[in-house]
Amino acid sequence: MGRRTAEPAARLSWPVAVLAVTALAFLVLPIVGLIARAPWGELPELLVRAPVLEALVLSFGTALGSTAICLVFGVPLATLLARAGGWRALPRRLLRAAVTVPLVLPPVVGGIALLLLLGRRGLVGAPLEAAFGVTVPFTTGAVVIAQVFVALPFLVFAVEGALRSANRRTELAAATLGASRWQVFRFVTLPLVAPGVAAGAVLCFTRALGEFGATITFAGSLPGVTRTLPIASYLAMQSDPDEAVALALLLLAVSLVVLLSLRDRWVPGVRA
Amino acid sequence: MRRAGASAAAMAAASILLAGCAAPSVGSPEPTTPTTTPATGSAATTLTVFAAASLATVFDELAERFEAEHPGVDVVVNSGGSGALAEQIVQGAPADVFAAAAEAPMQRVMEAGLVAAPVVFATNSLELVVPAGNPAGVTSLEDLEREELRIALCDESVPCGAAGVRLFADAAVKPVPDTLESDVTAVLTKVALGEVDAGVVYRTDVRTAGDAVERVVVPEAASVVSRYPIAPMTDAAEPAIAAEFVQLVTGDAGRTVLEHAGFGAP
Amino acid sequence: MTAGDAARRPALHADVRVVRGGSPITAAFDVAPGRPLAIIGPNGAGKSSVLAALAGLLPLAAGTVRIGGRSVDGLPPEHRRIGLVFQDYVLFPHLTVLDNIAFAVRMRASRTTARTAAEPWLDRYGLTALAHRRPGELSGGQAQRVALARALAAEPDVLLLDEPMSALDVEVRAEMRAELASHVREFGGATVLVTHSPADAAALTDSALVLESGRVTQRGTLAELRANPATPYVERLLEASSD
Repeated sequence: MGRRTAEPAARLSWPVAVLAVTALAFLVLPIVGLIARAPWGELPELLVRAPVLEALVLSFGTALGSTAICLVFGVPLATLLARAGGWRALPRRLLRAAVTVPLVLPPVVGGIALLLLLGRRGLVGAPLEAAFGVTVPFTTGAVVIAQVFVALPFLVFAVEGALRSANRRTELAAATLGASRWQVFRFVTLPLVAPGVAAGAVLCFTRALGEFGATITFAGSLPGVTRTLPIASYLAMQSDPDEAVALALLLLAVSLVVLLSLRDRWVPGVRA
Repeated sequence: MRRAGASAAAMAAASILLAGCAAPSVGSPEPTTPTTTPATGSAATTLTVFAAASLATVFDELAERFEAEHPGVDVVVNSGGSGALAEQIVQGAPADVFAAAAEAPMQRVMEAGLVAAPVVFATNSLELVVPAGNPAGVTSLEDLEREELRIALCDESVPCGAAGVRLFADAAVKPVPDTLESDVTAVLTKVALGEVDAGVVYRTDVRTAGDAVERVVVPEAASVVSRYPIAPMTDAAEPAIAAEFVQLVTGDAGRTVLEHAGFGAP
Repeated sequence: MTAGDAARRPALHADVRVVRGGSPITAAFDVAPGRPLAIIGPNGAGKSSVLAALAGLLPLAAGTVRIGGRSVDGLPPEHRRIGLVFQDYVLFPHLTVLDNIAFAVRMRASRTTARTAAEPWLDRYGLTALAHRRPGELSGGQAQRVALARALAAEPDVLLLDEPMSALDVEVRAEMRAELASHVREFGGATVLVTHSPADAAALTDSALVLESGRVTQRGTLAELRANPATPYVERLLEASSD
């Protein structure tokens, strides 16, 4: 908003500026390489191939689904995590570690772990198949499960940060003004954490969209069923690098559009 | 009983994964005849070998032997999918020797003018594998047409998948796969874990999985042979050493090690 | 609201015992409408805990809180009709000044009704020009006005002020004291002020209670306290501040 009084511009000292620009270059230059290498002439033809469209639709559908699931379960988990501040040290740290695990685990190992749990001989998968004849791996549902596993921490930590900044005393102030518990949540907590929830959902969605290792291990790779864009891109790299680059560009474009379109309204830090 | 079976399979799967991820592995740093080159020491020359994933174990062994015979040379084996390795080389990755699991990736490198005369040094063929105990009772390639079975194959964009396409064409079988994997290791993992009822992998890979998988003999498999080419890079840092390594692989010593691992003669 | 309302406003009777950080805090007092009580004491004496207990934000270990004839100690904060102005104001950062002040009415009426009801408060507190600013854009004095207006717009029976001056710059304190005193007089209901500054207390009332280490050590008018300090703390405090 333009009416904020201009603060004296905080000038960076030159070492900070140099390091920051280096870091930025490190992030951006590989993308520049990708764009420079792209077969622009054949791009339209490459992108309308049936397998590409199939992978695109599958990726979008599953990433949206897993983001929705992450929101439903992740916001309460973030609330628990934010309130765990008052717990004893051991359970508090265990809880935090449990949420962090998917971030540090190589996704392929995460995929193996999911197989050992939900696979046909898995702890839960075996009884599931015996009782209902349901098998989870190699289904589109398995893609969503793998995405939720790797993307959930992104949502939980973003929302937890927002919840922490939404001071508990702000909620108490609302109560002294006559707000019921529900009204406190509706008029104070929710609007204060909404930007964090939205930012978390965006991160979660883009992570789910780019998910590869856990998906290919747990869900496999069958066109139209479990072969998402990243897997299609990786496979294309084996035989047709141009198509792989085209697919990568598509992923990149989708992520950028999502991030840019949400930037002003939702991502925290823009608002005063 | 059942739990024990599952965890044994998990161990096997983990070991398959580890074997697949073991590269790049550096051969023994200690030359067995240290007295011959006292001054130059070990830091003199590094030979970088890009090898198909299915060759990783064999090439580690050959690298050790080569280092023993060439004090002062360090052999580094970088293994991965043949197509991916070819792409890396074309993009300028510093390789001295390239060994692929199929002729197409080598062709790509040759078209880029980076190798001159590849030689086929080994062959491999496909095998039908099932989890230990063969729970689905798979006995032939025709069983891969059964809808109710879980089947894992390689995607046809990778060499093992391309060979599979030829095999099924020869046998007039139309398999109904549940997943098309990006490499042979992934297929083997899923068979070892019992997540699929059958998979098609290279003969040499079956040995890696140990007791977690069983072979099902299919006569048609012998007719579809994958040919493994090797060549020194034209821009190798030490062309003479690169050529010597290729000679080791294609020579008698290489033949013995490859045969022991299950590879066929060219 | 006029000063005439004061006569009909209820008195506050408090006899509370709370436990904070393992140590008990006990205080009993009555506050008549229009005659604020200042709770004075050193940091950590438990003054803010007493206010929190009155407002229902801290559970009572024992005792009672009554407003007029109505016992409120079993009620949640939102049903007590007790307004609290926090030391650091705790305005809603996502709402404009107008919507902060309209908040209490908004809890039981439409947004339009609530905003209409808030308009006169903006005018009376000199906040009209700031109606659409957010708390982050206000000065300390402006934030204090908003916090007070927000609490009083809820039409509480009792008003609690927790160190209302401590967040302000020294230069504006004297001015804000007079302003606060005038607003509290206008409110006319039972008011409790917590402070460690005799000057702040004197601006609003002459009725005081001293809380030290969780216990009431003296009560009376400020003049009585000064003339006859019961503890070394009271003596030092009033000596230092006497003109």
